[in-house]
Amino acid sequence: MHDPNFDLTFNNDNFDINLEEISKIEGAASLSIKIRNKKIEDLRFSISEWKRFYTQAVVGKPIAAVPSLLSRICGTCSNAHLLCAIEAIEKGLSITPSPQTIILRKLLYYGLIIRDHALHLYIFSLPDYFGKNSILDFDEKDPKEHQFLDDAFSLKEIGNQLSIIVGGRSVHAPYPTIGGFLKLPTLDQLKNLLPDLKNGRKIIWRLIDFLKENRWQEKANFPLIFSALKSLDFSFLEGKIYTSAGQIIEEQDLRNHLKAKIIPYSQARGFLFDGQYLMVGALARLNLSKENLHPSTKSTLGDLLSIFPSINFYDNNLAQAIEILHAIDQSIEMIENLKTINPEIPPKITPRKTVGVGVIEAPRGTLYHQFFINENGLVEKAEIIVPTGQNQIVMEKGISQIVERLLKENASKEKIINEVEKFIRAFDPCMSCAAHFLKVKWRQD
Amino acid sequence: MDNKIKVGWFSFTCCEDSTIIFTELLNQNYKLWLSKINFVHARIFKRDDSQEIKPMDIAFVEGAITSDRQEEKLKKIRRQTKILVAIGSCAVLGAPANQRNFFNQRQLGEIKPILEKFRYKEKVLKVADIVKVDEIVPGCPMDEKKFMEIINKYINFNQV
Repeated sequence: MHDPNFDLTFNNDNFDINLEEISKIEGAASLSIKIRNKKIEDLRFSISEWKRFYTQAVVGKPIAAVPSLLSRICGTCSNAHLLCAIEAIEKGLSITPSPQTIILRKLLYYGLIIRDHALHLYIFSLPDYFGKNSILDFDEKDPKEHQFLDDAFSLKEIGNQLSIIVGGRSVHAPYPTIGGFLKLPTLDQLKNLLPDLKNGRKIIWRLIDFLKENRWQEKANFPLIFSALKSLDFSFLEGKIYTSAGQIIEEQDLRNHLKAKIIPYSQARGFLFDGQYLMVGALARLNLSKENLHPSTKSTLGDLLSIFPSINFYDNNLAQAIEILHAIDQSIEMIENLKTINPEIPPKITPRKTVGVGVIEAPRGTLYHQFFINENGLVEKAEIIVPTGQNQIVMEKGISQIVERLLKENASKEKIINEVEKFIRAFDPCMSCAAHFLKVKWRQD
Repeated sequence: MDNKIKVGWFSFTCCEDSTIIFTELLNQNYKLWLSKINFVHARIFKRDDSQEIKPMDIAFVEGAITSDRQEEKLKKIRRQTKILVAIGSCAVLGAPANQRNFFNQRQLGEIKPILEKFRYKEKVLKVADIVKVDEIVPGCPMDEKKFMEIINKYINFNQV
């Protein structure tokens, strides 16, 4: 909740903005800005989620229980945490999943990308483009608004059903486990998804077309690094980390490049990449691996892809919409190529002392799980780095950039609030994820 | 608008999985629900400039309570709603958001600086520890069938 008129002595040169609970984002974040003599005297973007101490709670737990526990870090990204934890444990124990398991995990994940990006684009961000408070306020008598209202829920449902069929549920999926799946979908169930997936192409194209005609501009006026996991099939789950500085980094080495920065007023820590501003997420992925999008996606988009690489923060919305089309095209091809579902059973796990690292592209950017596992198969130590933590510092820097520009343009306080909220939403931050962790040493760094 | 049931949706400390399930249930039910429900508070859907909690017919409350400020807000919600529904495991049982309640001395020692710095409550509480709860929807995430039962029970609340 916030009240833009709470200060009684407002004038254009000196005022305060205090957004206690920013709406239409995942979780709780707040922003306070102090303007004096038309300059920013203090600006604090903080994550105000209360911690649940997952990296602490997971210590002592058996590895079989870890993925489903850690999926509870976040409702909307739950299947990302689930698969990242599974990958970390499998890599630590040298378990190689079967080709069928890899296909099913990718399908589960494309379901997540479709429904999670759709939640952000339609429910959180689209009202900003129409000057409305909420998608629930869209006018059913206006053909375009009515269409988008229907599209929002139709497209989310396509991703939702794909996740339910493959994983048992779109949130905290119960079937994926270390080494495979506890329960498998039938071939018919998967084939039955094809008509809706094909219809989803038309739905998302309407949004892509709208976003390309309504490209807001806010280009970074400072140097920053884009970083993302890159694979030949743009699967979000495999590959190496590429950066806009030309680096190629193995998953297990990513941690060496990420430097935590304690933000005293925030419940979450921010990160720099080799000392520089970092941005992860859909925009980073499109900037670094657009050539690996599905051929049908590339063919449909044509020249539109030439806008990437882009340093316009708002192109993150367009990048997410493009990723939905890609996830649909990949899912259609994978399901059409499936001839059978083999009755595979997950392998028995033999614990040993090891360290495992998992890195995947969560919807909002690179997600890192690391577990130190003992000879009894219990977790001794864990570290989790989430996308919103990696983006927190660049978001605050971007907010400063916008506010400084708007102050020069003599924008009203209400205009500044609206623009800043739009900007924060374009990042699609996830505060539930960001505040999961434990960090004690406040004076570090 | 006047005949619509006034609903609030509130999230406290949790992963907001039930909010996500709710938005997925909207996929197939939004036409009916939007014709019957006025969301007076729902941060997931709309900006909320109001300083105070508005009167509601039903308040759905997700998440556990881990700070005094949250406790105060929950009490305000209770005062302003006819029916309060605790949604999901963290609201109904406190878990897993309350896992620090069961930490050993070593673990508690490690998190102590954070608890003190941000003034956490000593223990994480479930919703019913603080206010009267009329209905519960257990589950992690919430049980969709039970939730649908409650929605169907109250959706014509104002016509009853």
